[in-house]
Amino acid sequence: MELASLLQYLISGLTNGAIYALIALGFVIIYHATTIINFAQGEMVMLGALCAISIYHHYPSLPVAFVGGVVLVTIVGILFERLALRPVRDPNPLTLIIITVGGAVFLKGVAMILWGKEAYSLPSFSGDTPFHLGGATLLPQNLWVMGLTALVLLALESFFRLTLTGKAMRACAYNPRAARLVGISQSRMVLLSFALAAALGAGAGILIAPLTLGVYDMGTMVGLKGFCAAILGGLGSSFGGVLGGLILGVAESLATGLISSGYRDAVAFFILLLVLFIRPQGLIRGGS
Amino acid sequence: MRSRGIAVILVFLMGVLLLAAGCAKGPETEPYVVGGIFSITGPASYLGEPERNTMEMLAASINAAGGIKGHPLKVVIYDDEGDVTKARLHAEKLLTKDGAISIIGPSLTHTSMTVLDITQKAKLPLISCAAGVGITAPADKRQWVFKTAQTDQMAVSRIYQYLQKQGTTKVAILTVSTGFGVSGKGQLISQAPQYGIQVVAQEVFGEKDTDMTPQLTKIRGTDAQVVICWGTGPAPALVAKNMKQLGLTLTLIQSHGAASQKFIELAGDAGEGILLPAGKLAVYTQLPDTDPQKAVCKAYADQYQAKFKKPVSSFGGYAYDALNMLTKVLNQSGKDKEKIRSGLEGIKNYVGVSGVFNMSPEDHNGLTPAAFVMVKIDKGQFKLVD
Repeated sequence: MELASLLQYLISGLTNGAIYALIALGFVIIYHATTIINFAQGEMVMLGALCAISIYHHYPSLPVAFVGGVVLVTIVGILFERLALRPVRDPNPLTLIIITVGGAVFLKGVAMILWGKEAYSLPSFSGDTPFHLGGATLLPQNLWVMGLTALVLLALESFFRLTLTGKAMRACAYNPRAARLVGISQSRMVLLSFALAAALGAGAGILIAPLTLGVYDMGTMVGLKGFCAAILGGLGSSFGGVLGGLILGVAESLATGLISSGYRDAVAFFILLLVLFIRPQGLIRGGS
Repeated sequence: MRSRGIAVILVFLMGVLLLAAGCAKGPETEPYVVGGIFSITGPASYLGEPERNTMEMLAASINAAGGIKGHPLKVVIYDDEGDVTKARLHAEKLLTKDGAISIIGPSLTHTSMTVLDITQKAKLPLISCAAGVGITAPADKRQWVFKTAQTDQMAVSRIYQYLQKQGTTKVAILTVSTGFGVSGKGQLISQAPQYGIQVVAQEVFGEKDTDMTPQLTKIRGTDAQVVICWGTGPAPALVAKNMKQLGLTLTLIQSHGAASQKFIELAGDAGEGILLPAGKLAVYTQLPDTDPQKAVCKAYADQYQAKFKKPVSSFGGYAYDALNMLTKVLNQSGKDKEKIRSGLEGIKNYVGVSGVFNMSPEDHNGLTPAAFVMVKIDKGQFKLVD
C-alpha cells in the first residue's frame, strides 16, 4: 500500500510538474531573446484555457478548440509585445518587467469582464476512465499532459539547434550586437519569442483545463510556480526549465502526501528561496 | 508659495463643509441607508454575486411598495473580493461616509470576523451572511451581530445524524484552509464522539488548489467509510473529480458550501451520488406542501429567476432573509440602532428562505439543524433523501 501511495504521489507530481515545465519554458524562451522575465506568462495559461472552453461551447470539437485557443492566445502574445513592450522609449529590463506585471493585471481584468468570475470545465481529451498501474491510478489526461510536454520539449530543442531561425534566436541571446551585424533582425526574434511563449502557455492552459477547470484568476498561481521552476532550472536552458518544473511538482506532491497538506504552496516558494540563496545560477547553467 | 497652498486647502475645506451641510439638510424623508459588503469578485464570487443581486432586487421592490414608513431604502453595496483588509475598509466607509444604520454581510467567515470587530465597537447592527459559528458566539461578546446563514455546527450535526442512521462509524475529513474550512474542521472533530463517529484521517487543501489526489491517496490508506469534504468554490468539485480519478468508491459528503447548481455543473459525472446538507431552497419543489418554508422559497425563487434569468442559490437567500427581517424591524421601530438591535433579537417564528428563525439574546442566528435537509446529486439534480 505504501508503495502504491508513493507511486500515486509521483504521478500527481509529474502531471503538475509537466504543466509547470511548459510554463517555465515560456519564461525561458522570452528570457533567451530579451533577458526579461515576462510575468504575464501565467495569464497566457488562463487565456488559453478560457478561449478553448469558449470555442468548445460554440463548436464542440476538442482539436478545433485546442488549435483555436493556441492561435488566439498567440495573437494576444504578439499584440502584447507590439503594443505594450515595443513602444517603450527606454527599454531597460527593469521597466519592461514592470510592464509585464501590469500586462498580467490588465489581462486578468479583461478576462474577468469577458468570462465573469465563474469557473468553467472542459471535457477530458480521451475520457475519464482511470488506468491502473501497480496500485496507483492515472487518467488519460495525465498521459496527455506528460506526453505533450515531452513532445514540445523535443520540438523546441530541435527548433533551437537545427533550424536557422532557432539558431538566430539563440544568437540574439548570446550577443545581440554581433547578431545584428550578421543581419539578424532582433526585433523579429523578440516578437517570435513572445509568440512562441504565448502559444506554449496557451497549450499548457488547455491541457490542464479538464483537470483543474478554467477561471479568470487561475493564471497568477501557475505563473508563479512556472517562474519558480524556471529559476530552479537556471532560466537559460529548456532542459533546466523542464527539470525544474518536474522537481517542483513532485516535491509539492510528496510534501502534501508525506508531511502535511498545509505546506503545499510553501514548498514551491521555499525551494525558490533556497535556490536563490545557495545556487542562484540554477541547476543547469543557462547558455547566456 | 506656501501661503497660496494654504489658501487652496482652505477653499477646498470650505467647499467640503458646504457640501456636507447641504447633504445634512436633505429632504424630509431622508433615506434609510443599509450597507452591504459581499465578495462579489474573487474566489467566493458565487456567494457575493447572488447576495448583491438579491439585496438590490429586494430593495427595489421595497421602494416600489413605498419604502419603509415613507422613507426610501437606499442600499450601498461594496465588494470586498474575499479580502479582510478590503472588508475592513468598506465597513469603515459605510460607518463614517455613508452613514449606514445597519450592514448586511460580509459573505465569508473570516471577513465577517474582521467587520464585526468594527461594528461591535461602533454599536451598529450587522447581519452576516457567513456560516462560521464564531460569528454570533459567544453571545455576550456579539450583542450587535446577527447572522442568517445556517451555521456549520448545524450542518455537521445534520450530516452526523444521517450517518448515525446509516450505521457509519469511521469518517475521513478533507477541509479547505480558509476560515470556512477551519471552522468546519473544528465542528467535525468536536461533534464526532456524540454520534459515535471516529475521525480516522484529517487532510487540508488550499482554496485555489487544483489537485487533491495526494490527500485522497492518504485517505485511501485508512479504513474510512465516508469522506467528508468541507470547502467552497471550485475546489470541492475537483475533490469529486480526483476521487473518481483514483477509483475511490467511498461515499463523498460535501458541505452546504457545495449546495449550488454550479457545483453540479463543475463536478459533472463525478458529482453523481454525492450527499450534502442543503438549505430547503435547493429542493423546495420536492418539499411537502405542509412545510411553511415552501411558499417563501417559491416566492423568492420566482422573483429572482424572473429578474436575473439565473437559478437561485441558497447564498442569495441569506441576504434575502437578512434584508427582510431588517425591513420588518425598521417598520416597527425606525432607524434607532439600539431599537433595531433589540428588534432583531426579538424575532420569533420568522419563516425565511434559510429556515425558521427564533432569535434570542443567547442566539443571534435562531436556526436549528432542521434548517438543513440531506440531498443527493442524482442525474444532475438535487434529490431530497432525508
